[in-house]
Amino acid sequence: MGYERQADFGTPEVRSDTQVTCTIDGRAVTVPAGTTVMRAAALTGGAIPKLCATDNVKQFGSCRMCLVEIDGMRGTPASCTTPVAEGMSVHTQTPRLQKLRKGVMELYISDHPLDCLTCSANNDCELQDTAAQVGLRDVRYGYAGENHLDQPADTSNPYFDFDPSKCIVCSRCVRACEEVQGTFALTIDGRGFGSKVSAGLASDSFLSSECVSCGACVQACPTATLQEKAVKEIGKPERAVVTTCAYCGVGCTFRAEMRGEQLVRMVPWKDGKANRGHSCVKGRFAWGYAQHQDRILKPMIRSSIDEPWREVSWEEALGHTARELKRISEKYGRQALGGITSSRCTNEETFLVQKLIRAGFGNNNVDTCARVCHSPTGYGLKTTFGTSAGTQDFDSVEDSDVILVIGANPTDGHPVFGSRMKKRLRQGAKLIVIDPRRTDLVRSPHVAADYHLPLRPGTNVAVLTALAHVIVTEGLADEAFVRARCDWDEYRHWADFVSDARHSPEFLEPVTGVPAEALRGAARLFATGGNGAIYYGLGVTEHSQGSSTVMAIANLAMATGNIGRRGVGVNPLRGQNNVQGACDMGSFPHELSGYRHVSDAGARALFEAEWGVKIDPEPGLRIPNMLDAATDGVFKALYIQGEDILQSDPDTKHVSAGLAAMECVIVHDLFLNETANYAHVFLPGSSFLEKNGTFTNAERRIQPVRKVMEPLNGYEDWQVTQELARAIGLDWNYTHPSEIMDEIARLTPTFSGVNYARLDAEGSLQWPVNAAAPDGSPIMHVDGFVRGKGKFVVTDYVPTDERTGPRFPLLLTTGRILSHYNVGAQTRRTANVAWHPEDLLEMHPTDAENRGVKSGDWVRLASRAGETTLRVTVTDRVAPGVVYTTFHHPATQANVVTTDYSDWATNCPEYKVTAVQVTPSNGPTDWQEGYEELTRRSRRIEGGAMEAAE
Amino acid sequence: MSSHTPEKLAYMVNQIARNLALDPDPVGMVAQHIQDFWTPRMKHMAFALDGARLDPVVREALARLAGQYGAAAAS
Repeated sequence: MGYERQADFGTPEVRSDTQVTCTIDGRAVTVPAGTTVMRAAALTGGAIPKLCATDNVKQFGSCRMCLVEIDGMRGTPASCTTPVAEGMSVHTQTPRLQKLRKGVMELYISDHPLDCLTCSANNDCELQDTAAQVGLRDVRYGYAGENHLDQPADTSNPYFDFDPSKCIVCSRCVRACEEVQGTFALTIDGRGFGSKVSAGLASDSFLSSECVSCGACVQACPTATLQEKAVKEIGKPERAVVTTCAYCGVGCTFRAEMRGEQLVRMVPWKDGKANRGHSCVKGRFAWGYAQHQDRILKPMIRSSIDEPWREVSWEEALGHTARELKRISEKYGRQALGGITSSRCTNEETFLVQKLIRAGFGNNNVDTCARVCHSPTGYGLKTTFGTSAGTQDFDSVEDSDVILVIGANPTDGHPVFGSRMKKRLRQGAKLIVIDPRRTDLVRSPHVAADYHLPLRPGTNVAVLTALAHVIVTEGLADEAFVRARCDWDEYRHWADFVSDARHSPEFLEPVTGVPAEALRGAARLFATGGNGAIYYGLGVTEHSQGSSTVMAIANLAMATGNIGRRGVGVNPLRGQNNVQGACDMGSFPHELSGYRHVSDAGARALFEAEWGVKIDPEPGLRIPNMLDAATDGVFKALYIQGEDILQSDPDTKHVSAGLAAMECVIVHDLFLNETANYAHVFLPGSSFLEKNGTFTNAERRIQPVRKVMEPLNGYEDWQVTQELARAIGLDWNYTHPSEIMDEIARLTPTFSGVNYARLDAEGSLQWPVNAAAPDGSPIMHVDGFVRGKGKFVVTDYVPTDERTGPRFPLLLTTGRILSHYNVGAQTRRTANVAWHPEDLLEMHPTDAENRGVKSGDWVRLASRAGETTLRVTVTDRVAPGVVYTTFHHPATQANVVTTDYSDWATNCPEYKVTAVQVTPSNGPTDWQEGYEELTRRSRRIEGGAMEAAE
Repeated sequence: MSSHTPEKLAYMVNQIARNLALDPDPVGMVAQHIQDFWTPRMKHMAFALDGARLDPVVREALARLAGQYGAAAAS
């Protein structure tokens, strides 16, 4: 499409069962009761002039620009605050209104710089448009009076500037910060003529304030007061393409606004059904990595990881790779080969990688990064409900009465959904947070948890069983729901189990650290407070009992009748953009697409007929098993698309030993990542801006990813995989990803109604999309569980074998922060490092004092697996005995410390519980120094400059 | 360094059994889990494990599974 500003109806949409008809300038319009005159007029195509109104925030009624006349009503009411009434007759263009509007506009312009031709918002400015709309030709007051034109700009934020000289104090930015983002970082400071938008305290700049750089204020600003730096530098966009963000599992829809082949800005799309027009600092601003100088654009090979890389043609790289794969297969057998798909790549790319392995390598040795995040979700929800996915759409939270968040930090990890959740909480929903840390949700402006249960890391199952104990023993279970929807005998077996006195909050308090009375209160609130919704993240799954915890959550939802309608449900918050999709596409070594086990002869027959090969009926290797098999000497070649397992997977020494034992490691990525230190072939990847395809977000929403610029390396990732497949002898001839989706739809019952034409027409589809659900499935298990009867599973608490003791007395838990994403390969190559330049270790004041360390000190963090050094920040966000850090920086390599303990059912690593000791340190560990040297040597490129260091 | 050592495989399969101990059919569940998620090589290595390392439920499950693969589980 060309460049047009997104439609703005002035005030938010209203939901009502009652419709009202009125006439506006003689045109009849029917709208939901409660709709404003301004919105109704906009819906008829007759835009009323406005400045302080925008449809992302509630009406404010301050600018006096949108006045109208209404038959039978005195005066000139503001159309933004006047609801339509049945039979109302509105006039939006009269001589009286024109005179009034022009007079108001004169006042605004008398205190506004007249630099339109050199202004960055020229021809994209609502103030300019409104002046034209009201026919302003002169300003009777002149421009010499007292004004704000000399106020200095605040350029501290790396992504946008604040220029108060251009501000009309409409408060749209302040209201967006409050209503859309929920951070309350902005305010109007001063009174009357001295009124001024202010970030934080008077001494704050935007960068030092609590502003989280979500961009809502910039989007709301009708002038150039809040303006993207990129627009100032590049100019106004000239075309826009709607696409899907490549960061977290929320799956925000954006308009990529372009000037030629140059991306100017990413603006959240108001029609995006996941984000509803909102964004976070990553998706909105942190896209600079896509054109970063560290991008590798030419294929490279080397025969040994001790040698420098050699740039070669695509033909040579693919031919060499194919010969290596053939040699290894002949020498060691076909089971010596495997691959890893990426949750950052599209469904189509992921599907092709697993097809390459199953049809080309001849085995099921394919796994995906969901192994280390949400594989327990797949196991647990398939076991209990019958489907490996969350039950709700994001809109569902608008009908929740009690929100239970366990092991998730949505304001940092899933910020756009976190804002929607906070909005519902400000409207009065109750909140229970189960987390070892006092996350922002526990207490932030206008949001406070009714219960925060600060459990000891590793005791999720015990806490959930204790909650169930209270609900069952106090007669709070919804037995009518259970009788109708679940297996009653299994329920009784489970209810007897949880009712045992050894599962009471009082008995378990010494184990969990959670005060019994608070836990009882939380259980009663969840069972009796109305619609109860559970949201969880990796604090649930990344444990030795990750799968048990997911099943315990499902038990709790079924026992309280909180499944199958809006406002309730079990909602895994997915970490990466396409975790759900990668799992759907058959990336696990035991499943074909659509979660059908490889031992299912009927399912295999479908694929065998389509692909013309036999499918191995036995499961393949999981990632940790691949590494084990490599050190055993029986696994020799690995194709890794878009993942950095050396940094993201646990027990780094185990990963590096496995990779070092292989003879052909193929890394297909944007950058020479940490895993590439051990690679023999590097295939350049394409960014999400350079490809077509689809991502599937946490609400099972399949959304288009659209190419907005040509791939810098010459090929989209699916094309590279196709060429590799052809090089090893497969006759693949896809000409567009839509053909891959058509194949997915033919082979996957839950996708049978999905195609690109429908995605283009409808924007997105939520699977299942098939004959039984032709329009998709926003809410699952509405009339019955996919598996038939909901299954209660007894989940006994089995303590982890990772124990604290005299040598390692503290518990380390790891996580992420708002400004960085996963291993940081993308966000570290953006200005987001302004907020988080290094990984820090959070430590409670008592533990810090006992060790003689203070904020900013370097410390040695040691576990049974390894040790690293990093700096400390002392905070009571963590409990005594618990320390916390992130894994965004390779210089820290937090996973040197984590162990290879894992979930019993899925081998998802136990990142969240590692026994550690912390001591003062003077410098990096031997391992860190050795790794730095390895990285330096490994990134040499023959005849070229040293690859830029991380 | 970690590999598919007998110690590690024994740990893995015993961990599965500990978490399925209260299932109405723990032997069947452990056998099914190994059947569904372990590669043939890992299964055969498990069949060869020293039974003394193993939970009784695991021993029975592996014996049941070994028959399907034409192998004999160590006792």
